[in-house]
Amino acid sequence: MPEKIKQAFRRFLKNKMFAAGLLMIIVVVLTAIFADSIAPHTYREMDVIHSLEGPSSQYPLGTDRYGRCLFSRIVYGSRLALMVGFMIVAISSAIGIFLGVVAGLMEGLGDNIISYISDVTWSLPPVVFALALVMLLGPSLYNVIIALSLISWPQLTRVVRSKTKSIKNKNYMEAARAMGMGNGRLIFRHLLPNILSAIIVLVTLQLPNAIIASTALGFLGLGTQPPAPDWGVMLNEGMDFIRVAPWQSIFPGLALVWTVLGFNLMGVGLRDVLDPSLPD
Amino acid sequence: MTGYIIRRLLWGIVTVVTVSVLIFAIVYAMPGDPVRMIADPRLPSEELDQLRERWGLDRPAHEQYFVWFSNIVRGDMGVSIQTRQPVTRLISARIFYTLYLTGAALFVRYTLGVFIGLIVGVKRGGVLDKILVIGTVVMRSLPNFWLGIILILIFAVYFPVFPVSGYDGLTSVVLPMLALALPLMATTMRLTRSEVLEVMREPYVRTARAKGLHSRVVMFKHILRNALIPVTVVFFLSIPWLIGGAVVVETVFAWPGMGRLLWQAITSQDLPIVQGIVFIIAVITVLSNTLGDIVCALLDPTIRYD
Repeated sequence: MPEKIKQAFRRFLKNKMFAAGLLMIIVVVLTAIFADSIAPHTYREMDVIHSLEGPSSQYPLGTDRYGRCLFSRIVYGSRLALMVGFMIVAISSAIGIFLGVVAGLMEGLGDNIISYISDVTWSLPPVVFALALVMLLGPSLYNVIIALSLISWPQLTRVVRSKTKSIKNKNYMEAARAMGMGNGRLIFRHLLPNILSAIIVLVTLQLPNAIIASTALGFLGLGTQPPAPDWGVMLNEGMDFIRVAPWQSIFPGLALVWTVLGFNLMGVGLRDVLDPSLPD
Repeated sequence: MTGYIIRRLLWGIVTVVTVSVLIFAIVYAMPGDPVRMIADPRLPSEELDQLRERWGLDRPAHEQYFVWFSNIVRGDMGVSIQTRQPVTRLISARIFYTLYLTGAALFVRYTLGVFIGLIVGVKRGGVLDKILVIGTVVMRSLPNFWLGIILILIFAVYFPVFPVSGYDGLTSVVLPMLALALPLMATTMRLTRSEVLEVMREPYVRTARAKGLHSRVVMFKHILRNALIPVTVVFFLSIPWLIGGAVVVETVFAWPGMGRLLWQAITSQDLPIVQGIVFIIAVITVLSNTLGDIVCALLDPTIRYD
């Protein structure tokens, strides 16, 4: 089995987009892990005398209105971005895959109910619905994760459901069932491995969307709250000083684009290798 | 076919009603006493009770929902908690700006996206194709709010061609429109290109060429027309994303539209406005999804209607 994974990985690496994306993400992950040694300051250390200063040797990317080191805040922000992205995608894909498999295996009422719920959820613009939910729950990091998880699962459910429906009557499924295999083993041994590539592609492409959506909420002041080093919050604070301190409007966004682009390149590369028919 | 369209429309109505229940439930579940939020909380409790009775807030949830929903259908969305103005009037004062912004973004995104996708698709392979593939990935990785900030920095602060924010004549739409349209244009370009590649493999394109038709005629009459079917369907299906993006972009540019009103209402907890706007957005979304499905069925004869 490990040999098989190695082979598959080599196949992915031949795709230049995947390789480039992976490299970019490795940089982000290393930054997040070694943030304490990379950042010259902590993310909340203030130095009011040096507020709104341009890049210097002491503050590589300049400072914000409280004289906090932008470079350090961006470095620590990578932890937040990765954590939020992974949590949203983990929760929403757990919901999405579970409902998709259940709907795909069931006929009739159960299938209809799940399709109905996913249709209704799908028909709400994500940002708008997340805003409404955050208003109800109150603006905080965890509520953003909950809100975005609750609305990002329908695409996965749709794809998993239709793949399950097309696979479940295949001969090897019939054979396994005839051998007396239980539903649980059937799902994990035969069904999921066969739709795994679709799941991997969709989940990878959902990560960057989750990160953009959560920073957008932070930017609107309805997500992660200051002083947390959220890239969206930093951009929001930078808007007030766009003329005097444009670096605060540029660098956090570059970090965001770098991360999002890395995941998108990986996802598109994986899609080209595994299943070009999948949607964006 | 007619049966399919009727079923699809009914389904759309069911979705709108479900969403309206959700919107009502979200607000109903809000902590806090609604009467104290609307009226002066210092009033004596008997008067608060009277108000509660007058506004029907003492009735069971399902009755309140029916009253609320039938009012909305009749165009009465209640009164803003902050300004005391009717929500319908507040929204109708703003909706032009949102339609102008999203309409401009849709137009640019669609025409430019299809044009680029067509050119690159017809000239398949080569450098252009590679640039497009990478370009679409980069474009969809640009968060619209950051793109907006960068556009402001370049075209309003350093080269003051456009206003920094707000609405100041028709041309002030350019920057917010670009911030909204560019990230979404990636999908249109990629889809047009792949559809063009597919259509070009069809025998009727080869026949048209073999007949000696001018290549421009083949490009527009045979290739583009057929490649546009899925692009048109996606055009309708992506309208909700555009509206969601407009909420963020309008806030960046202080654009006086409905999206910014929604943001202001959320930060000031003005529930009637939030309910009204989310409902309107949901109706637009369901409408465009339904239209997308119907257009898809009308254009593509191979689709099954059951």
